[in-house]
Order: sequence, then C-alpha cells, then structure tokens
Amino acid sequence: MKPSDIGILIVDDEASVRDALSKWFKFDGYRVGTAEDATIALQKLQDNLWDIVLLDIKMPGMDGIELQRRIKQIDKSIITIIITAFASVDTSIQALKEGAFDYVVKPVDPDDMSHLIKTACEHRRLIYENIQLRQQIEEISFPEEIVGESPALKKVMDKVSTVAQTDSTVMIRGESGTGKELIARAIHSNSNRRYFPIITINCGAYTEGLLESELFGHEKGAFTGALYRRRGKLEMADKGTIFLDEIGNIGHKMQMDLLRVIETREFTRLGGDNLINVDFRIICATNRDLEKAVREGSFREDLYYRLNVFSITLPPLRERKSDIALIARFFIKKYAQAMNKNVSDLSPETMEVLARYDWPGNVRELRNVIERAIVLVRGSVIEAGDLSFPFPATAKTTEEDSLEEVEKSHIKKILDRTGGNIAQAANILKISRLTLYNKIGKYRLKK
Amino acid sequence: MSYIYLIPIATKSLFWLEPLTAGILRAFGIPATCAPRSIDISPAFDPLRQQYNSSYLLSTLLAQPLANTGKVLGIAEVDLFIPILTFVFGEAQLDGPGAIVSMHRLNNKFYGMQENNALLTQRIVKESIHELGHTFGLLHCSSPGCVLNSSTYVEDIDQKSDAFCRQCQKQLHAM
Repeated sequence: MKPSDIGILIVDDEASVRDALSKWFKFDGYRVGTAEDATIALQKLQDNLWDIVLLDIKMPGMDGIELQRRIKQIDKSIITIIITAFASVDTSIQALKEGAFDYVVKPVDPDDMSHLIKTACEHRRLIYENIQLRQQIEEISFPEEIVGESPALKKVMDKVSTVAQTDSTVMIRGESGTGKELIARAIHSNSNRRYFPIITINCGAYTEGLLESELFGHEKGAFTGALYRRRGKLEMADKGTIFLDEIGNIGHKMQMDLLRVIETREFTRLGGDNLINVDFRIICATNRDLEKAVREGSFREDLYYRLNVFSITLPPLRERKSDIALIARFFIKKYAQAMNKNVSDLSPETMEVLARYDWPGNVRELRNVIERAIVLVRGSVIEAGDLSFPFPATAKTTEEDSLEEVEKSHIKKILDRTGGNIAQAANILKISRLTLYNKIGKYRLKK
Repeated sequence: MSYIYLIPIATKSLFWLEPLTAGILRAFGIPATCAPRSIDISPAFDPLRQQYNSSYLLSTLLAQPLANTGKVLGIAEVDLFIPILTFVFGEAQLDGPGAIVSMHRLNNKFYGMQENNALLTQRIVKESIHELGHTFGLLHCSSPGCVLNSSTYVEDIDQKSDAFCRQCQKQLHAM
C-alpha cells in the first residue's frame, strides 16, 4: 500500500492541530481530510473512504469516545487513534477497550507520531490482505476434485450448498471410494465455520480405547504411556467441524460417550476431572447400513437419530457413468503434471473400456487406474493396453458352477464392495473374521 | 531573476551562510541571497513550552513581501514547535512561498555534546534544502540517502546526503 492509498481523517476542534497534522501527513504523501467536530467527521465518513481517523477526545458536542463508537458502527475496520491533551488513564483505557488502535498525548514526539502512523498503516494493510485472502478462500471453497456434471452429482452438490449454511449434523453415505471426505470438506468450507479447522478421524482405524483417547484426549498419567497431557480431536475441532469417518464401526461404549458429548457439548479428557466445553459441528460418514445395525441392536437408536439429521447419499460411479470421462481427464491432467509427462487424453477405445467397467472401488479406483496408466503410457494418449484394473470384472456365476466357485465369486464381490474392509465384509457375509481370512487365503483373493 | 531569500532569525553568527548559499545553488540551480530584516519573535514564544511557534514565525516572515518573487527561508536559532508535536526541525508550505528551519536541535550542544560548527553547517544545509524542496511541491521520499527523506532524529539527518535522489530531481525539474 502506497501512502497515497491511505486516507487519514483528523478530527479536532483546534484549527492549529488540524492544520499542523494535515500538513505533516501530506508531506508523507497521505490523502488527508479534516473535521472540526463529530458531525462533520461523520458526514466525511459517509462521503469518502478513510482508513485512519485521528480524533480528539474532548470536543464540543459529541466527544471522541462517542464518535469512535459511531465510526465502528459504520466500519469496524477503520483504525481510530485518540488524541488527548491530558494523560487520563480511565478515558484512554475506555477508548482502547472500545477498539481504539492507540492513543497519543499532546504534544507528541515527531518520531512517535511517525511510527504510530506507520504501524497503523501496516495494521490496515493486514486487514485488507486478510479480507482479500478470505475472499480467495471462498472462491476456491468447493474442493476441485469433486468433478462431474451428472444429475446425480448435481443433486448432491445442491444438498451440500443447502446444508452448509446451517449447523446441522450431516450423515454422508456411500460406497467406499465415492468421495465422502471430499463432500465433508465441501460442506465445511462453505459453512460459517470455514475459518476454523475441520478435523478428520477414521473411527474404523482405532481400537475402542485408542479412539477414546484420540477423540477426548488424555491427561498425563491417564494410562501407561500417557507421558504428557494431549488434546483430543474434539478439542482441536473447537469452532470448526469434526468429521467422523466410518461412524458405523464404533463400539457400544464409544456410542454412549459420543451421544453424551453431542447432547451436552462437554466432556473430560481421559484421566481428568475438568469439564471441557467445545463448539463443533459433526459430519459423519459410513458405508454401513445403519438402519439395519439399529434393528440388529449393534448401533444405538438414539445416536442414530442424533447423527442422521441431514443425510447425503453419494451415488456410486457406476450410477453416474457420464462423469467418468470428465473425472478421468481431471486425473490425467493432475498426474501428468505431477509426473512431468506429456499425456493429454484417452483414446476412444480406452474410453469405452472405462465406461464398460463397473468400478467397485468408485472414484478412488478410477484415480488409481489413471495414475498407473500415466506411469506406463509412452505417447500422449492413454491406450486401452495401458490400463490395468485391480479388480477385473468377475465372471457371473452360472448354474453349472461348483459351490466353491460361487462362494469365491460372492466373497470377492463383497470384498470389492467394502473396499477390502474385513470387518464389514465378515459382517455382511455373517461369518467370523477368522473364517473370512481363511477363505481369502484359500481362494487367493486380494484383501 | 528570482532568488531564494535567506532571513536569519535571532542568530548570533552567520558562519553557515556561505555553505548554505552554495548548497542551495547546487540543489535548485537558483541563487540564494541573505535578506536580513528585523523580526519580532516574542509573540511566537510559548512560555509554557519555552519554545517558539513555527507556523506563527513563518507567517510573520511572509507578511513582509520581498521586491522580487521567489522563495523565503527563515533560519532561526530558537527551538520551534507546532501545536501537536514536541518540536520541529523546520516547517514549509507545500508548493508555497516560504519555509523555516531551526538550528536549535541541529546543534550538538542541545544533546550535551561538544559544539561542531562544521557538522552543524552540514545539518543546516540538508534541513534547508529539505524544507525548500517542499516549497517546490516535493513530498517526503522513501529513498534513504535522498535529502527529502523524512527525519525525526538528528541522526537521521546525518545519515542522508544534501542532494536529491534521481527521482526527486526529475520531479523538481518537471515542476
């Protein structure tokens, strides 16, 4: 910011002070205005943009403190500096409490005045920069990886826009790899909480004890190995959003603890007595059939209602095949750039192969296929031969097939659907995890 | 031919006059001439502050117009102030006819140090060219060595040169 970009308004009933300051600031190149009382000052504030207002505390009519209040009502980012003839501690403290940047006692040392104005300008510049950066964040608030123009995706994005502005708890459902976390981030970055963090925790990745410690934190000595006090993810998400991924996988005790926190918005760290109040929004995600889990008693009904306030279901990629080309091209651009390769498109034959495939791993699988193709491709166009699928389409079983072939095919299908999650697959297949491991070994299936 | 008129105010000696005249000619290409006149400075005195009101003295200087059109620079030995500030080294009218400079705080004696007339003269020359620069419409310059760089301490004056930077020189010639 050049001095000529900064407007300084001097409000003082003494003409000599107004003239002297005006001249002083003009020599530095600032745009300067003067007002002899609060009424004229308020008029000038309506007529023009001012960055810094220097105002005398004692003036006939409205005093400096009241004028400062009015200025802050007009624009609270205007920097106000109080000028006072006597160093009255009470008045100065009051002015500072009400938002004054600083106060000066007449007469001022020229160096102090020069420094004060430079600091105020820097402060003003930072305010401007902050506003600009916020605007930039808002412009890029939808994560760019949400790609697609299909009606199914548009419906999802409409729901995201609707719910983002509220503080409601959101449940995101969808198969593994459909982009549930991206949707959670899109909701957060379009909400009023966007300047605070979104904290993600994968509930399925922890044992119950560890999950408790991760979520609520712990005090020093709460358990063996708790050498220091640690803040939990809920505390970190204060004023922001907590994203509980794979919420369907949490145990009974954690369900109870979580329900209590949601209802009271307070908790204690493990091994601690102090109640911690937090303000967070919950977004959770699952690929489990929670209604079935409730019916079977493995998921608390009260928690289910608390979490399932607003539900967004992400369509699997096979249900929005019209988006495959767009998504594939998006990943080609991304990985070609990252690997410094001159790859620009897919051949029509490749496109056909991609469109035919069922994508059990959804967008994550498509990303993986494209990334591998970019590594392998020699020319600028990805050919069908460059593609390799981790889960090639399994042959459909027929009446001629043996029991073993049917079992192998079914287990593979379920593993594909759960993204290789053994616990979920075992649950769907109604067999123990050990049995599932044995069968995976027997049929040489990939987990 | 127009001149820059130098008016000593309550000064005991004029050892600085010749270097100042030369300095002004070098900086502005305009000759400077001493135009002594009797000025009553007592009305500008503020007994509470024990200083002289710079704006008042400047307007007194300009109240007595000189025969030839030109700039007027008062050089005072007394301490000057403007109401809002504790002191000023000098004051000028932006793009106007006059300026005033105080030697009081340019003198080492003020800071309890041994007097040094050579250094004092250098400071008077720099401060005078600085204030006269304003009368030609020039603003403070951010270039550290430029005579128009703002100085709030006497050490700042010692840091800069008595010449305009290339940018200020260009502006001066354009005016």
